[in-house]
Amino acid sequence: MSAITLTNVSRWFGNVVAANDVTMEIGPGITGLLGPNGAGKTTLISMMGGFLAPSAGTVLLDGVPTWRNPEIYRTVGIVPETEAAYDMMTGWQFVLANALLHELEYPETAATAAIEAVDMATAQGRAIGTYSKGMKQRIKMATSLVHQPSVLLLDEPFSGMDPRQRLHLMDLLRSLAADGKTILFSSHILEEVEVVADTIEVMVAGRHAASGDFRKIRRLMTERPHRYTVRSSDNRALAAAIIAEGSANAVSLAPDRVDVEASDFGSFVHALPRLAHKAKIRLLDVTPADESLESVFSYLVAR
Amino acid sequence: MNLVIMRLTARSLLGRRRVVLLSLLPGVLLLVAAATRWGSDADPWATAHMLHNFAMSTILPLVCLIIGTGAIGPEIEDGSIVYLLAKPISRTTIALSKLVVAVTTALAMGAVPIALAGAVSGDWHWKLTLAYGVASALGAVAYTTVFFTLAILTRNAIISGLIYALLWEGVIGGYVPGVRVLSIRQWILAPAEEIAAPQASTWGVSSQVGLSTGLLLLVVTTILAAAFAARRLQTISVRGSE
Repeated sequence: MSAITLTNVSRWFGNVVAANDVTMEIGPGITGLLGPNGAGKTTLISMMGGFLAPSAGTVLLDGVPTWRNPEIYRTVGIVPETEAAYDMMTGWQFVLANALLHELEYPETAATAAIEAVDMATAQGRAIGTYSKGMKQRIKMATSLVHQPSVLLLDEPFSGMDPRQRLHLMDLLRSLAADGKTILFSSHILEEVEVVADTIEVMVAGRHAASGDFRKIRRLMTERPHRYTVRSSDNRALAAAIIAEGSANAVSLAPDRVDVEASDFGSFVHALPRLAHKAKIRLLDVTPADESLESVFSYLVAR
Repeated sequence: MNLVIMRLTARSLLGRRRVVLLSLLPGVLLLVAAATRWGSDADPWATAHMLHNFAMSTILPLVCLIIGTGAIGPEIEDGSIVYLLAKPISRTTIALSKLVVAVTTALAMGAVPIALAGAVSGDWHWKLTLAYGVASALGAVAYTTVFFTLAILTRNAIISGLIYALLWEGVIGGYVPGVRVLSIRQWILAPAEEIAAPQASTWGVSSQVGLSTGLLLLVVTTILAAAFAARRLQTISVRGSE
């Protein structure tokens, strides 16, 4: 059982602040590091993996600093975001080389087991350069598992995977977590994180915005005001009906559309078709106005 | 030293297509040497001239630049160096293992062909072969180490290296005497001048620095560069594209 502890960690590059006073503890189980692109996820993972010095604060693995300490790599396995691997080698050679670099007692056995775990045995004889993105991701995963680390850091591990590969990786992460390993992965997709993570840490613009289990964060995200733009055959009548129905807390009428702000995501979405049908109004277009992840996150930060 | 790292480095340095391209430089040198012999009737003066103005000033720094930077630069550039760094191996071992492979390759692709070129082009009692063989071997070690370190320091290592080798040593060194003293080429020519004596001045084998000064500066520069490379690798920052 291992834990990574970040205490008041900041990291800046020139005058760009990539991580701003972050304090968190990553313990056994699966933790999802969620945030939009550029939120500082990679910076945090780099610092946890000992590839980047914190500008301020401490990053400890079981009480020992990760920076300038290659001994941590006996405990930590890292799946980097970079797609570049040693393309001219076969998957088997690459995983075996990693096992040899770890100076394992039985490198062949360890490499075979790691390749089995990621389901790449059939393609292990091919050069990495010929692999698809998902296969590369899995062979990278194998290199990080070869020494059976108790901490696994994965930077955007699901990117480029098809749904089947995604499910397979999720199963693999779950079984590793069941063995008591500490697993942290980053992602900018909420659905991905909530399916597999026990704990979620949300990063927005370098700040640690929220922390906890996914239900709590999901609620925070869905209970914020939702804005919609609606076009219909009779905007004025529709606006009146929405107001009367009561699931929206603000309605404004523009010449060609109705702008609605609903406090409860679920009830407005269910009510709208029903009341349009009753008033015999045809809905032409319903568009959520600010569903981008960034706006969801910035709402969280503003709270 | 770590054998796995050395094998990986040799593999990426001498990949199938790379080794063909890399052999072009010594290949051209040997062709020029043969042509020189044919054109000058194996005159040692012509050999010395060819080695001095072509082999030592162009081929050797270029070979060392390609090999020295190629041994680590691409891995830093694309981030795959992470696979080496994320291992319980000291960064000094990583740096030195790679450097040893680079220097060995540079000796084989730079120093050996230059000595051969001396013999092919026309020599007198193996004097020039030995003189330039020793000089280019010392050069292979010093240039490769410096360019290797440069590749860890900056992503523009090839451009910086070219500016150093061609502009500083070649052009500026031709006009400003002080600059000549501060260039690896002059330091490695000092032992060549000593070996080629007493014919050195007839053949035009000359260095701006004395033998002991040249050797001392070579040793100090090489050791400092290697130590700096190992040190920088300890604190190298590896980040994704974010």
